[in-house]
Amino acid sequence: MLGPESSNFVMYDEELKKINQVSDKLLREANAKVIFLVDKNGQLISSVGETEHLDTTSLASLTAGNIAATGGLAKLIGEKEFSILFHEGEKDNIHISIVGGRVILVVIFDQRSSLGLVRLRVKKASEELGAIFDELAAKAAQEDQGGGPSPFAEITDDDIDNLFS
Amino acid sequence: MSFINYASREINCKIVYYGPGLCGKTTNLQFVYQKTSPDAKGKMISLATETERTLFFDFLPLALGEIRGFKTRFHLYTVPGQVFYDASRKLILKGVDGVVFVADSQEERLDANVESMENLKANLEEQGYKLENLPFVIQYNKRDLPNVTSVEELRSLLNPNGVPEFEACATTGEGVFETLKAVAKLILMELKKGGAGG
Repeated sequence: MLGPESSNFVMYDEELKKINQVSDKLLREANAKVIFLVDKNGQLISSVGETEHLDTTSLASLTAGNIAATGGLAKLIGEKEFSILFHEGEKDNIHISIVGGRVILVVIFDQRSSLGLVRLRVKKASEELGAIFDELAAKAAQEDQGGGPSPFAEITDDDIDNLFS
Repeated sequence: MSFINYASREINCKIVYYGPGLCGKTTNLQFVYQKTSPDAKGKMISLATETERTLFFDFLPLALGEIRGFKTRFHLYTVPGQVFYDASRKLILKGVDGVVFVADSQEERLDANVESMENLKANLEEQGYKLENLPFVIQYNKRDLPNVTSVEELRSLLNPNGVPEFEACATTGEGVFETLKAVAKLILMELKKGGAGG
């Protein structure tokens, strides 16, 4: 099968650990409250920081919608994309940026930090994250070529029916 | 494009409800939301106008249980049905794994159904998808109303390829879960066929 629907987005333990390390470091160095990564389709990839009271699933979906809408605006005025979005609130602010063209990095911060600091730290972390996502893409492509059997190859009708029982 | 997370052992899939304005896409999601146990669903988000017309999308995350040791999560989206929101519809179709077309069975909406179906095909093709290759089901909604087109006629206009189709009344919930189940099943079968990476 050809076309964009043929490539699933895959995440492995090893890469997730690396991603969380970079996110943790960014959280500390930027004095941020929460950091999360979302794929452009709205699926949450990882989150670190004070996430207990946050609806991260909804945040992920709306962030992706936001990036998609802003990307649409960019195209209408002849830009490729707007790679950084910033929303300023009374207490908390959200800094959103695109990493490696395919993943969205979201930083939530308050008055303990500043936009300048966040921008600076995000820039460095983006490079590291971009490299990890490159590795991940290469690994997924390799597994796809010659990897072992997929865990989903054995799915039966009963398995699926059980989901709805 | 499903998101397969080996680290947290989760599969995430995106289902989009498409169809003409006021056909009942949001109502489908609302019924699913009402009838799902709290631990299996997240918050339903509706980005709507003051008159409760969908402005950008509705979003409902559902966790359906495990399959082969992987938690399956489905993210349900609706598009805004009104013709002039086409730019938004295109955005929401990005990364879609399965599509539900909700048709409005009322006679006076026949043209709107056909137009919306053509719009779906065009918007998918613009992103490199082909409707024939995607998990796709059709729901003939509002069967409870008096002035409905026959299913045969709707089928001949909207479902020439014979994809799974369901009669429904989304306000009472009839046919809603049957539709969702059918598209989820097709998505998982696709996953089985394609394996982990394609």
